[in-house]
Amino acid sequence: MPLHWRDAPLPHVEGSVLAWGNGRSYGDVCLNDGGTLLPTRGLDRYIAFDPVSGIVRCEAGTLFAEILDLAVPRGWFLPVTPGTRFVTVGGAIANDVHGKNHHRAGTFGEHVRRFELLRSDGARIECSPSQNADLFAATIAGLGLTGMVVWAEFQLLRIEGPWLAQETRRFGNLAEFFALSSESERDHAYTVAWIDCAARAAQFGRGVFFRANHAPPTAAGRRPRRSRLAVPFTPPVSLINKLSLHAFNELYFRRAREGSAIVHYEPYFYPLDAIGEWNRIYGPRGFLQYQCVVPPAASAAAIAELLRAIAASGRGSFLAVLKVFADRPAAGILSFPRAGTTLALDFPNDGAATFALLDRLDEITAAAGGAVYPAKDARMSGARFRQYFPRWQHMLAQIDPKFSSGFWRRVME
Amino acid sequence: MRKVLIIGATSAIAEATARIFATRGDALFLVARNADRLQAIKADLDVRGAVRTATATLDVADFAAHRAIIDHAERELGGLDTVLIAHGTLSDQGECEKSAAALRREFDINALSTMALLTSLANLFEARKAGTLAVISSVAGDRGRQSNYVYGAAKAAVSAFLSGLRQRLAKANVDVLTIEPGFVDTPMTAGIANKGALWAKPDAVAAGIVHAIDKRRSIVYLPWFWSLIMLVIRHIPEPIFKKLKL
Repeated sequence: MPLHWRDAPLPHVEGSVLAWGNGRSYGDVCLNDGGTLLPTRGLDRYIAFDPVSGIVRCEAGTLFAEILDLAVPRGWFLPVTPGTRFVTVGGAIANDVHGKNHHRAGTFGEHVRRFELLRSDGARIECSPSQNADLFAATIAGLGLTGMVVWAEFQLLRIEGPWLAQETRRFGNLAEFFALSSESERDHAYTVAWIDCAARAAQFGRGVFFRANHAPPTAAGRRPRRSRLAVPFTPPVSLINKLSLHAFNELYFRRAREGSAIVHYEPYFYPLDAIGEWNRIYGPRGFLQYQCVVPPAASAAAIAELLRAIAASGRGSFLAVLKVFADRPAAGILSFPRAGTTLALDFPNDGAATFALLDRLDEITAAAGGAVYPAKDARMSGARFRQYFPRWQHMLAQIDPKFSSGFWRRVME
Repeated sequence: MRKVLIIGATSAIAEATARIFATRGDALFLVARNADRLQAIKADLDVRGAVRTATATLDVADFAAHRAIIDHAERELGGLDTVLIAHGTLSDQGECEKSAAALRREFDINALSTMALLTSLANLFEARKAGTLAVISSVAGDRGRQSNYVYGAAKAAVSAFLSGLRQRLAKANVDVLTIEPGFVDTPMTAGIANKGALWAKPDAVAAGIVHAIDKRRSIVYLPWFWSLIMLVIRHIPEPIFKKLKL
């Protein structure tokens, strides 16, 4: 039941509904098996944009990619962006997305000034930090359960141009990572690291650290071409396996060029967006994402334990990202980012063995007092969810009775 | 900079086309029935970079109101050089088979209102010896098929009208563009399930429309492969065509 007009009521359907943006969540937070999805991409109009203040108001189906196309030439950037620009504003709110600047800018929800929520009883409720604040906090990171966000208004970030000044540093172990991270936070807007989770023994904990700032316009680099590169078909088995992983990681670590470079924002923030249908490399069974955060005091030990568990299983992750989150008050009741260190991983789906590994990672995360990111999850148990998000009961009064998702039914069992 | 009048501006193809004009910094006058939706589109086009936008409501079946709308557009934009006529309804073929009144209503909207608007606009542009008239017809007008021949007949009338108008206005340096979209995934076709590989997005069709206007084309099939499909369909002999389920 696609939506096209912001003045239109929700369609009348039997059973539950869920707004569906661009389908970039990895798990079932954007699915509603047995119910109805309401695709929102038809709601992609701007309502207002002030080029002086950088405040933009647009319909909730607008893509981050579309906002960048409009805003960057006018000297503005997204305040916070995840690793793909193909997410909608509504999805960014519902998952309270974060990026490489969490230590400085927090989550996307912190930059949302107001939005309109359309409830199944037909009510249109304008929410902001001061107006209907409970519903505001429940909708940010609310996984789409509080109703449908029709439009939102948020603050953009001033930039001088599309370029970033990036510094690349290799590190040999986790202690070096943490040192680099804390040293970089003060002077760099963006920090993130790739970690070799197939490495063992002397190489354990090695990786590559990237830190960057928006660069002045004089620092012109090479403008990327929008490639049509795409994975043309799904191979019969995953191309990511133990062998290719070791080879890739070895190569990636060795070829990482230390030093400074001027890079365009597209390859910097969205490397995977350049390869269409990249998920196909994992074969017909697909892959599972796992992203967890562990608190500061437990970070060093827990991250090491997570990496050891992965290396021991022989199921390394091609993409392994490490980032230190700052200690900031969460924008939403179910916001995932919190003080500590986050680790994000992709595992080819090898069935029971993969799920067993993820259960093991859950044990480590839970024991450390951490949490797993619902937007990337397809399998955490209800008990784990309620442990990771102890304020979940505050959601219950705010949820729209007509709205539900596969994820929510799973973790409420 | 173009000064563009769009009739049926709330249709998905028209809105997507208007966005391209707006991004280029053109001026737009938007006409449709629903004032709130016109306002929503106007605000969007303003943000995207339109140098000027204005709107007016019109029911195209009210032929007497056509002339005033064109004058209004000219006043608002300080002239007019490009017109896109995009309004239309996807006729209920079953109802049109039962009721001549339904048939006539479909013709009023999909054929006669378009021709009436073009009659005024053609005289205006002919006298100025400049301008572009772009009109959305349909591949359905290339050959009547049992599944939608009332809609097809109305579009066939429009296409034939445009063909003649193009010949007449060529001498006056006025471009007449016949736009023949195939299947496009829009709210108008939302009722059709199982949209396969032949279905296009409004954005892609809109890009083709603007390109054809800029290149001063006469007839454009969008996406292009519909010209091949319709070439085949037009040449199927009647004895065989009669037995097909199209």
